[in-house]
Amino acid sequence: MSFRKPHEIHTRRFSRNMGLGLVLAAFVALVFGLTVAKVSQDEFAVPDTVKGANYGQN
Amino acid sequence: MSDASLNASRAQTRDAQPKDAGFGDFFALLKPRVMSLVVFTALVGLLAAPVSVHPVVGFTAILFIAIGGGASGALNMWWDADIDRIMKRTKGRPIPAGRITEGEAFGFGIALSAISVVMLGLATNFVAAGLLAFTIFFYVVVYSMWLKRWTPQNIVIGGAAGAFPPMIGWAAATGGVSIESVLMFTLIFMWTPPHFWALALFMKSDYDEAGVPMLTSTHGRRVTRNHILAYTILLVPVSFALAFTSIGGPTYIVAAVLLNALFLRGAWTIWRRDEVAAEADGYATEKKVFKHSLYYLFGLFVAILVDATLRGMDIAPFASGSF
Repeated sequence: MSFRKPHEIHTRRFSRNMGLGLVLAAFVALVFGLTVAKVSQDEFAVPDTVKGANYGQN
Repeated sequence: MSDASLNASRAQTRDAQPKDAGFGDFFALLKPRVMSLVVFTALVGLLAAPVSVHPVVGFTAILFIAIGGGASGALNMWWDADIDRIMKRTKGRPIPAGRITEGEAFGFGIALSAISVVMLGLATNFVAAGLLAFTIFFYVVVYSMWLKRWTPQNIVIGGAAGAFPPMIGWAAATGGVSIESVLMFTLIFMWTPPHFWALALFMKSDYDEAGVPMLTSTHGRRVTRNHILAYTILLVPVSFALAFTSIGGPTYIVAAVLLNALFLRGAWTIWRRDEVAAEADGYATEKKVFKHSLYYLFGLFVAILVDATLRGMDIAPFASGSF
């Protein structure tokens, strides 16, 4: 079993993929945090649903 | 070793490598140094506003304003790739160095522009998002595509793109535009020309080769010196006007008096000098005024922030309505 030193091009690709992965993970965390912040605010209200879409409460 | 020669040698080294961009190359497309000014001024606009914002919402707003600013930088590099290949200062950028293709930069810039505008709209409001979209349009279409290669006044009108961030930050908090945010915009707008022309006087640039008209070469250095003084004089009333709005305060007044006196004195000295005197001392005054111009803008925005903080703590001379 041999471990060859990765070519420079693979190092660059790895850095790009790792960076993109971290950015996406951060984006998910940010959207989650933003949602929590928005629904925790006093003025938050669930938007009115379309008329007649009250799921059985006629 | 100068920045220009360092960039050129980096470009040569990287030209020899296969085309494949790393994460840092895409980050470099966002012009991180310009982004830092965007972040700072937008943050001041957001924090000086009379409406408090949830910290997560505030962070998201600043992040996407910065990303929107970065996206316009990427689109600027896409459009200007031809002249970036000619100028020594810009040869090391990811596109001229061959690490990122023009198509990749265009796609990256467009995607980030759309994401930043939509996310800012969802996180705050669509007035802020609309202003961010207009800023990107202004920088890419009005400045980069139209003005930059057409008129030596490019920096004057194009400077508006850099002046929008505090207005966007303010709109993110308040949902609108007011005299305070318009004056913060005007302050940066009027500050940009003397700041940039002071730099143009001592930076021997290769804009001529690239076909970009700059005031120093189209109208000469004497006219540039006249322009620096004229714009600095016009900047003074704009900066003092901010002191008499709801975001002004004692700290801002003191900072405005000191910083305007320094900047005016510098502009006056530049106006009185000629090229012989400037070359004799290696453009010492021009370099000093350029540095002072950075302190000027930073100092005034820090003063706005200090007054806003003290007002928030309800300290007597700073409390709202007492000034």
